[in-house]
Amino acid sequence: MQITSQTFKANTVKALADVDLQRALRHVEKGFIGKRQKAADALPEFDALRDNAVEIKNHTLKHLDLYIEAYVAKVEASGGKVHFAEDADHARRIFLDIAKRRKAKTVTKGKTMISEEIGLNAFLEENGILPVETDLGEYIIQLRGEHPSHIIAPAVHINRDQVEADFRKFHVHLDPERDLVRPETLLSEARQILRQKYGEADIGVTGANFLIAETGTSVIVTNEGNGDLTQLMGKCHVVLASLEKLVPTLEDTAQILRVLARSATGQEMSVYTTLSTGPKRTEDEDGPEEYHVILLDNGRSNMLGTEFEDMLRCIRCGACMNHCPVYHAVGGHSYGWVYPGPMGAVLTPSLIGVDKAGHLPNASTFCGRCEAVCPMRIPLPKMMRHWREKEFESHLQPATARAGLGVWAYLARRPKLYRAAVSYAMPALKLLAGRKRRFRSLPLAGGWTKWRDLPAPEGRTFMQAYAQSGHGDAK
Amino acid sequence: MSGSTRDAVMGRLRRAVGANPANDAERRAAVTARLSGAPKGVIPARGQLPPAERLELFIRMATKADATVTRLDAASGIPEEVAAYLRERNLPAAIRMGRDPRLAGLDFSGTALGVTTGPSEGDDLSSLSHAVGAIAETGTLVLTSGPDNPTSLNFLPEYHIVVLDAADVAGDMEAVLARLRQTHGKGTMPRSVNFVTGPSRSADIEQTLLLGAHGPRSLHILVVG
Repeated sequence: MQITSQTFKANTVKALADVDLQRALRHVEKGFIGKRQKAADALPEFDALRDNAVEIKNHTLKHLDLYIEAYVAKVEASGGKVHFAEDADHARRIFLDIAKRRKAKTVTKGKTMISEEIGLNAFLEENGILPVETDLGEYIIQLRGEHPSHIIAPAVHINRDQVEADFRKFHVHLDPERDLVRPETLLSEARQILRQKYGEADIGVTGANFLIAETGTSVIVTNEGNGDLTQLMGKCHVVLASLEKLVPTLEDTAQILRVLARSATGQEMSVYTTLSTGPKRTEDEDGPEEYHVILLDNGRSNMLGTEFEDMLRCIRCGACMNHCPVYHAVGGHSYGWVYPGPMGAVLTPSLIGVDKAGHLPNASTFCGRCEAVCPMRIPLPKMMRHWREKEFESHLQPATARAGLGVWAYLARRPKLYRAAVSYAMPALKLLAGRKRRFRSLPLAGGWTKWRDLPAPEGRTFMQAYAQSGHGDAK
Repeated sequence: MSGSTRDAVMGRLRRAVGANPANDAERRAAVTARLSGAPKGVIPARGQLPPAERLELFIRMATKADATVTRLDAASGIPEEVAAYLRERNLPAAIRMGRDPRLAGLDFSGTALGVTTGPSEGDDLSSLSHAVGAIAETGTLVLTSGPDNPTSLNFLPEYHIVVLDAADVAGDMEAVLARLRQTHGKGTMPRSVNFVTGPSRSADIEQTLLLGAHGPRSLHILVVG
């Protein structure tokens, strides 16, 4: 997909003015926050499980080379095949090789973010292969020619009436007078149409929530059942997964599963958690004839052993964006690539470069809710700060911003000078503001006053007020 | 092609984690120990109840996940219960099931049900499976693939009826995993292990939860014993 992270600021202006989007975004807060809290509160061991989940992933990352070795051996022993992919282009070529050998015309797809990361759909279409998204949300956005705006609720930016209009536009073989007012009827219409696709597919593609080294197993966690029908009915199952999906054992998987669904949708357990190991066995009467795993690096190995290693613990639950005031305001598409919200603000610069994605780690109020709810305790604000520092070091910010920061840094390192300067500036600003005690515009503060008034200072600095209250020595 | 990529990726990983000949033996030992020992982590207290309360919890949690549950004293009651379930919902008197010997031994002659065996052909409305176990902690059924219980029967029909022996209900997921390991051997798995918690659903339209997405609209559990 085309990257638009460079124009993040323009994207957000558009998003804030988009009435439909703003209407849809209300469902994020309503749909996720309370449910997660309730699920977390209902399990006394929730925080202990989070701690253990962090330990499991940290241990795995420290030994990732060896766990991948063990995993590959197990997949091969069960009759499957693992393909290492260096980057997006390489992953697409591996997929095309499999598709050509299978003479594939139709590919059904369960929900996979790696497919978005490597731009699989557009590539398949260019090569005369039809990709069919089977997750309801993914199906809706495929019809609209869009990309997911959320990692677990891909169509969260769309309202019911928009889905109705799309179904009428694309499902032209159905009665135009049919009643589609209730969401249930939209769901059963999609169900009916996709039903036929599963069996017709030459290849079924899924992602993976976990790859288990002990058994060579891929795990998907879903609610609809489409991922299962995709991997079961396609004659060949291809799993798209990135390196950091590895976990050592079945028990380790069970630990992380307990925090995954609760953090994501607030369920105790998602409806379907499916462990797949290799292709159809001789005695089996259903299942895929071939089983492939495309194991994607695409920049992850370069994050390992750096200040961004913690990000590799991410299990893609979406809790960070569900709790993010910036995401609530501007939606997922503003972020301009596959991964939105706080996790995207950290991951995107790692994968596509801070030169393209430098705005994302700056789009944060540092309120810290993302880190507070992250089941894997990823220090997202801290890592966004790392990116801001890197951006500054590489001189990627505009000259005025750098100059301003330079002046501030000069003063900040000289407390006496700083206090003297502000002790003159505060009364001056109070005077300038006049009786309204607000500024409608102010030189150098245009970024603020363009959207709202700037309240004027009360005249004293904090340190002066503190000293006068008799609490301490404010020299 | 993939061989050289594999070497390149693995080389980068080794460098990043600081692997070297001096720590190789120690690192391998740590990994082998974890893979063979498979240590348990935090097991929620509610997963460790005595049998009667455990079964009660399973039923409560499965019901909370929108499954329906009926208790039967003996397996001989299954055919009549299946027939009644379909009748009450005005469904055709037809059921599809796998070759599980525990189901094959049932006598359906007292019902009007047409029973067929094999994987789902896509147009079956109702199916009957036998679970290998269940997890009380979350109200989850555990089914494994094979000719006994083809996986397609779990997903294609609209009404899925699952037989579960009360004695097979485990408290926590780890207990079920240990049992799978015992049945299939350490490090070996059936092609598919399905953890199923309630009927299929989607909240993709305006975060409104709807039952019956691509999998079954209804999940009915028959607890025997």
